[in-house]
Amino acid sequence: MTPMVNARNLVVAALLAFLLLLPVYTGVTGNPFLLTLFTRIVILALAATSLNLILGYGGMVSFGHAAYLGIGGYAIGILASEGITSGFVQWPVALIVSALVALIIGLFCLRTRGVYFIMITLAFAQMVYYVAAGLARYGGDDGLTIYRRSQFDGLNLSNKPTFYYLCLALLLGTIFLVWRLVNSRFGLVIQGARSNERRMQSIGFPTFRYRLTCFVIAGTLCGLAGALLANHTDFVSPAMMYWTRSGDLIVMVVLGGMSSTFGPLIGAVALLVLEEALSGLTEYWQIILGPLLLLVVLFARGGIDGLLEAASLRPRLGGGADAKVRRG
Amino acid sequence: MIYFIEQCLNGVQLGMLLFLLAAGLTLIFGIMDLVNLAHGSLYMLGAYFAATLVAWTDSFLLGVPLALLATLVVGMAVEVVAMRRLYGRDHLDHVLGTFGLILFFNELVRLIWGPAGMTLFLPSWLNAAVPVLPGLYYPLYRVVIIVVTILVALFLYGLVMRTRLGMLIRAGASNREMVGALGINIKLLYTFVFGLGAALAGFAGLMQAPILTVQIGMGENILIVAFVVIVIGGIGSIRGAFVASLFVGMVDTIGRAFFPDLLRLVLSKEAAATAAPALSSMMIYLLMAAVLVLRPEGLFPAANR
Amino acid sequence: MTHLPIVSTRHLMPLAVAGALALAASPAAAQQKTVKIGFISTFSGPTAVIGNDMRNSFELALDHLGRKMGGLPVEVIYEDDQQKPEAGKQKTDKLIESDKVDFIVGYIWSNVLLASLKSAVDSKTFLITSNAGPSQLAGELCSPYVFSTSWQNDQTPQVMGLYMNQKGVKTAFLIGPNYAAGKDMLAGVASTFKGQVVGQELTKWPDQLDFSAELSKARAARPDAIFVFYPGAAGVQFLTQYGQAGLKGQIPLYTAFTIDETTLPRQKDLALGVPGAQEWVNDLPNEENKRFVADYIKKHSGARPSFYGAQTYDAANLVNSAVVAVKGDTSKKDEMRAEMEKANFKSVRGNFKYGKNHMPIQNFYLQDVVKDADGNFVLKTVATIVENDQDRFHDKCPMK
Repeated sequence: MTPMVNARNLVVAALLAFLLLLPVYTGVTGNPFLLTLFTRIVILALAATSLNLILGYGGMVSFGHAAYLGIGGYAIGILASEGITSGFVQWPVALIVSALVALIIGLFCLRTRGVYFIMITLAFAQMVYYVAAGLARYGGDDGLTIYRRSQFDGLNLSNKPTFYYLCLALLLGTIFLVWRLVNSRFGLVIQGARSNERRMQSIGFPTFRYRLTCFVIAGTLCGLAGALLANHTDFVSPAMMYWTRSGDLIVMVVLGGMSSTFGPLIGAVALLVLEEALSGLTEYWQIILGPLLLLVVLFARGGIDGLLEAASLRPRLGGGADAKVRRG
Repeated sequence: MIYFIEQCLNGVQLGMLLFLLAAGLTLIFGIMDLVNLAHGSLYMLGAYFAATLVAWTDSFLLGVPLALLATLVVGMAVEVVAMRRLYGRDHLDHVLGTFGLILFFNELVRLIWGPAGMTLFLPSWLNAAVPVLPGLYYPLYRVVIIVVTILVALFLYGLVMRTRLGMLIRAGASNREMVGALGINIKLLYTFVFGLGAALAGFAGLMQAPILTVQIGMGENILIVAFVVIVIGGIGSIRGAFVASLFVGMVDTIGRAFFPDLLRLVLSKEAAATAAPALSSMMIYLLMAAVLVLRPEGLFPAANR
Repeated sequence: MTHLPIVSTRHLMPLAVAGALALAASPAAAQQKTVKIGFISTFSGPTAVIGNDMRNSFELALDHLGRKMGGLPVEVIYEDDQQKPEAGKQKTDKLIESDKVDFIVGYIWSNVLLASLKSAVDSKTFLITSNAGPSQLAGELCSPYVFSTSWQNDQTPQVMGLYMNQKGVKTAFLIGPNYAAGKDMLAGVASTFKGQVVGQELTKWPDQLDFSAELSKARAARPDAIFVFYPGAAGVQFLTQYGQAGLKGQIPLYTAFTIDETTLPRQKDLALGVPGAQEWVNDLPNEENKRFVADYIKKHSGARPSFYGAQTYDAANLVNSAVVAVKGDTSKKDEMRAEMEKANFKSVRGNFKYGKNHMPIQNFYLQDVVKDADGNFVLKTVATIVENDQDRFHDKCPMK
């Protein structure tokens, strides 16, 4: 049994406290850039958390998850450019379209496994990318500027701290939702299907339906992240959906720790903060980054969360076994 | 009609270049079960090596083989240092690890050659147009690409079908444990196969270089298309890669050429002109999706695995 | 592309927090002791040669100004937009929010400019575009905070259209890249060309550098002439493939922004005899231009500046005129704007005026490519095609 006060829980608690108090800090020091940076981090953490649902827990390696960022974003962008700026219309549209597209893509892709699944999710994401690039009316490859953010009565999204807290609240809500899902019967079926689908089916679970539902939920949540991202940057473009963006999301999840509650958040923070901090220091630091990712894959498979957890466990009987079971 | 034939030739030329890339990729995937995203980086290195070596030696005919050799060496080095540790692991691990290699190579190239990119100049004797048919002038260099890649395809066919090495490759694609159990040095085989794939990718890169530019990240776009090709063709099958490359090359080129006219019948002129390039790009993905749904092992599946 | 952590993951969290705090501490409230200029251009990929030309010219202008404006030292922060609207916008945001610049200069590409425009305008930061000139900027999106030292995209191709009429061209095939400027260019030619446009092709930008399909189509349509717009390395590729396709003697080419001092060294004899139009040409006889070109050649071992550089040189002097007018107090934005609207500086293209939309009203010249006495390929002015040309979108601009 790991004690409550351990390295991993301390780190998570510190991070959450930091995130909660950030606007106060930036308000005092007068540095809006930091708030902008962390708003972006929080939004991408939301996207990564949604990916973790299918990737970490479900074992579905979707290389096309960034498509939903784009769908959510373009829903906001297109409606805004047509004069519909009410958030009460825009956001539900973003979520519904994301869900529908996830349903369609899932229906095709979930019939495949392994590398074919990777390839076909990637193919569908590229198709969504090319559709967006072909929308000449909405900027095409050049992208679309959003002149007014989503309007909600009583909530001014153009106010930075307000918007930040909204994103943070949605992130925490998503983490909670995913946690509940995973620890429910639904979640157990998903994880079981990841380990051994045939056995789950022989027990009597219609695994395809479960996995599809999981896939749709993940896509919808990522669409929400897309809507937030569009509001944050006041700009959408097909580049949001290019396959390398999906790769970035996967890296965040794996780096943070797959199939762990706060792993995606930790991964997003780690990735993006260091991207900002280090790109100022030296021009060629990515040359170490690439091999580092390889090393993480080879030796630190559980990501940061896994390392923290290993640090949390005292070396005693059962501690090692616990860790292995936890990592799934 | 002339125009149609010209476009068909363009399609064949694109297909042949795709084949060079896809052949290596499918071999590596088929034999070592390795998803190699860094294949595009080897493509890029081939182009960069060629641009540099042709400029140094001031000779196209000398620079090209040297560049091939350089890419082969780099490929084998990468296999020994990095790829070996990924064999047998989850495909996700491959994807992540080789994604990291993409970053590494992009940055390495930027460090060595600078961010601006390079140009590979054709010698003047290649820079002409030849009358392929009465009334149809086609760039000589593109004809050379088609001829050379067909020769490479024949060479690969000979290698895989008629030599002992090829037999080992085919056997490894079918059942690698058995091959290992028979006492063959699997490690060496793998290094060789990876090196061969790297050389093929580098060759594709340098052949493309005079037509397109040589720049960082040039592998990312074409890598996806290469994966589409091997999925359609069947993983592990060179014959499948050949057929699928031609298919994809033709669909892409003919699509780009004639689809806008088709669209113009239905949509306004401007809408058609801007939508067509995007939609014809989508076509190859739709093709792949269709193949995966109807015949998931691909058109010419390699083995019973 | 993603950027990933450099340190071992065990130390990640403390380092991340420290990094964040360091970020917070560093861009503290900057004292107004320097004039801060942000510069956005492309410094990677095949079009980096343009960005470098612009940077070199900007630096030369600063050298000529003694690296001071209105008594204050000048600080320039160069950022790479990677030719992508998203990246350009991110860098613009960074310059405004993190570096807190007083001016932003640059922007080669119209799509990058359009993506970044809102950030500059909303934050009331002066933006000087020294190349991109999308029609929207001259029209409905004009802003009191945006000035151009280049042109509006349609103007130069419009001039080519007039020239093609002069040469008796009856049918034309138009080829260009599928982004904001490409569309503007082709529309510009079509607006003044009196003959028939028998075909038009927009190619995927910036990925597509293989024009075999479009050249085949052009050949099949049998036009009197082909008009093309492909900036930077794409221009080199196009001309090369045009030559390879055997079209060089068959169908004459008319260009805008496809042949310039950055591409000519590689295009060489493929560019001989191919006309193009410009608002600035290297052999303009005014003093300022002679000094600019001579010093540039001296500083960069024989390389010649292009129109991109000339426009950027002017941008530096435009900014300087504003800072001098307020004696270094860059918080006086209205006074700076009033000064800039006068175009009260010595431009290398000769004096010009601003329209109410802050776009230059200027002359356009026709250029041809010839071989000089040393056997080098150079651009030579052949004629003045229009004088005091104003863009055709200024009526849509709501500014007075």
